[in-house]
Amino acid sequence: MLAFNFFGATEGGLFDINATLPLMAIQVVVLTYILNSLFFKPVGNVVEKREKFVSNNIMDAKNKLSEVEKLEADLLSQLQSARSEAQKIVSEAENESDKLYKEALELANNEANASKEKARLEIVNQTSSAREQLFKQADDLSELIVNRLILEK
Amino acid sequence: MENDPKGLQNLLEFLWDYIRDLARTQIGEKVYRDWMPFIGTLFLFVFVSNWGGALIPWRLIKLPSGELGAPTADINTTIALALLVSLSYFYAGLSNKGWRYFEYYVHPTPIMLPFKILEDFTKPLSLSFRLFGNILADELVVGVLVFLVPLVLPIPVMFLGLFTSAIQALIFATLAAYYIGEAVEEHH
Repeated sequence: MLAFNFFGATEGGLFDINATLPLMAIQVVVLTYILNSLFFKPVGNVVEKREKFVSNNIMDAKNKLSEVEKLEADLLSQLQSARSEAQKIVSEAENESDKLYKEALELANNEANASKEKARLEIVNQTSSAREQLFKQADDLSELIVNRLILEK
Repeated sequence: MENDPKGLQNLLEFLWDYIRDLARTQIGEKVYRDWMPFIGTLFLFVFVSNWGGALIPWRLIKLPSGELGAPTADINTTIALALLVSLSYFYAGLSNKGWRYFEYYVHPTPIMLPFKILEDFTKPLSLSFRLFGNILADELVVGVLVFLVPLVLPIPVMFLGLFTSAIQALIFATLAAYYIGEAVEEHH
């Protein structure tokens, strides 16, 4: 008691320090242990267990999401390749049909040209033969005219 | 205790979470678990004591010997708490870092040595007197006001007292946690 008199304490005053102090300290320490076993430990266990559960679930979901994204990318690339393949097949088919069309066209053109040429040749032949015949007839006729004139004289 | 909190468990978990945040921000991720019960007990004890004194002006009830009031309005209680905090931060420092704890006294320069030693005395002193002074002052003000004007007027002051009480409990617990955190902190 005397040791604390430097606080200017008088008996019963505000700064009356006595055995309440260590008693209080012991009580608080005991209270700490009691609260630790009754409150902090059980609540902490429950909360931390739940936090672990939640974080595990989040981790799991993240993993699954990344897997889904990977699969999606895979699918997309597959789709892309299938699409390009289809494009290729379509263009090939177009080319082929174009080629066939051109060939047929050429063939038909050739045939037409040939028959035209043949017809032209025929026309030329006939023209020349007709001309020949005409010349012949003109000769005959002129001979006849000459003969008749000679006879009349 | 269930995984899906209901009723009272919600309140308990809220309190626990509050105290954990307080301890974790001040002490740090590594050792806050060891000190959380202590900090939490300090906070709850001071808070309940303060509110116990502030909710009803107990002082008005005269006892043949002694008085009714907040335990924290007694200098013995606050000094006991503050000394416990001092002991625990020394213990925290020594148990965590061994003799290297005393490097803290010459950090960053040895010039700080006398100030750091002085701090060890001013820390419990300021802790105990702040709490003691605030709570006692509140109780005295309410007591005097009730004595002078026993109607309506003391009520706002009592509300102020409730506010101060809560704040003081928070400050006490935060500072205790901060001192412990300072003691276990690693310097680089």
